[in-house]
Amino acid sequence: MSKNTVSNRFRTVDVDEYDENKFVDEEDGGENQLGPDEAEVDSLIRQGNLMEALQAVLKNPPINTKNQNVKDCAEGLVLKVLSAFKSSDVDKGVQSLDKNGVDLLMKYIYKGFETPSDNSSAVLLQWHEKALSAGGLGCIVRVLTARKTV
Amino acid sequence: MSLHQFLLEPITCHAWNRDRTQIAISPNNHEVHIYQKSGNQWVKSHELKEHNGHITGIDWAPKSDRIVTCGADRNAYVWSLKDGVWKPTLVILRINRAATFVKWSPLENKFAVGSGARLISVCYFESDNDWWVSKHIKKPIRSTVLSLDWHPNNVLLAAGSCDFKCRVFSAYIKEVEEKPGPTPWGSKMPFGAVLAEFGGAGGGGWVHSVSFSSSGNRLAWVSHDSTVTVVDGTKGSTPSQLKTEFLPLLSVLFISENSVVAAGHDCYPVLFVYDGTKGSVTFGGKLDVPKQTSQRGISARERFQNLDRRATSSETTEQGLESLHKNSISQISVLEGGKSKCSTFCTTGMDGGMVTWDVKSLESALKDLKIV
Repeated sequence: MSKNTVSNRFRTVDVDEYDENKFVDEEDGGENQLGPDEAEVDSLIRQGNLMEALQAVLKNPPINTKNQNVKDCAEGLVLKVLSAFKSSDVDKGVQSLDKNGVDLLMKYIYKGFETPSDNSSAVLLQWHEKALSAGGLGCIVRVLTARKTV
Repeated sequence: MSLHQFLLEPITCHAWNRDRTQIAISPNNHEVHIYQKSGNQWVKSHELKEHNGHITGIDWAPKSDRIVTCGADRNAYVWSLKDGVWKPTLVILRINRAATFVKWSPLENKFAVGSGARLISVCYFESDNDWWVSKHIKKPIRSTVLSLDWHPNNVLLAAGSCDFKCRVFSAYIKEVEEKPGPTPWGSKMPFGAVLAEFGGAGGGGWVHSVSFSSSGNRLAWVSHDSTVTVVDGTKGSTPSQLKTEFLPLLSVLFISENSVVAAGHDCYPVLFVYDGTKGSVTFGGKLDVPKQTSQRGISARERFQNLDRRATSSETTEQGLESLHKNSISQISVLEGGKSKCSTFCTTGMDGGMVTWDVKSLESALKDLKIV
């Protein structure tokens, strides 16, 4: 036996990296996306103007950026706005959004499901129900098939 | 609307002959079964067994009465009827992955095969050597080709693939045809040239199906992110997309210059209308036979039972699907009227059933439906 059979390093090689036919997504220069404006959203929440806060927090979604911090900040901000709504106003909030807005909201909701905290799941589930009746199953399919998400 | 249940297995693909008396289907295995219509029944008349792998595409050339089939065994066969028996001729596609889709060109002198080898094989018959030769379109396809459709000029080919893009290629073969005239999609058309490319851009899903309109000026495709997109070649190249609320659609077909029928995982066909002036795609209506819903009151016992089982006390008892098809629809084809003024179309699906839909009766049954 002339081969070195002791080392296990070959088991950690990522074979896909060496595949010359590997599909690489198109790069979309997203380094400038900073996510929603924190100051603006906070002030709107304090004023109690929740509809405007919802519109503001869904602006500038950090979809193309690779900066994980920006994405986490944006998610936290969205969660803050969603929790600030009263249960009876959730429906009105969703109605005020257009089709793209509902899709974006659904993306944030599923992102929020990934890291549950105290009360977040209950709030997100309420919003999920209303967003589903507005956007239908197609909306959820678009969250699942999106190559770049929030 | 008539449903015929052929089998219990999914019908992977189907093709009709010219006068619509025979249908060739593949029951999700290595064979093609041809059924002949006799009265109201369908009788199996032929079994085509040559492929070694699942058949993924069948197309029947109406004028020359030849069937081309392609399968997961990386082969395609052209079948001709001789003395009442279908005889296969192997076509060397030179692909190293399964074939996924096949379509005869409008003049039936060539056919195109999409494959998992990230290329399209355009095959034509070379009479000197008496065999079918294939030419490949490779660049810039980067993933499996799922669907193809020919432009009426016999040269342009639209391809939808898993790299989230829909492209229009030129499949001009100088050995079998004259140079084509200019079209809204372009005027220089050497073989393999990409005349248009849509989609991608960080979003989108696999393009399941593409369809040219009967004039060839419009192109529609459906993709896995539950969207329908239509682009008009004469009006610049910005496609109009509609994000639907349904599950992804798997097959799309123009039934008039402005109307598109699509069907997919939701088990019923849906109509979309394209407005050329506004450049918008709108939902036209759900095309399915509405079931007679019985209006009966719900007892208190049932209410609590529903609460237990379904967490709602509503009375919508959707025990089964209300649509005619009981599983996803995988293919739609025109029966009568062509793509310009289709009067009947047919759908087959994973439930093994084939349904023929009559456009006139759909228009009258669903009152606010208008097929322009």
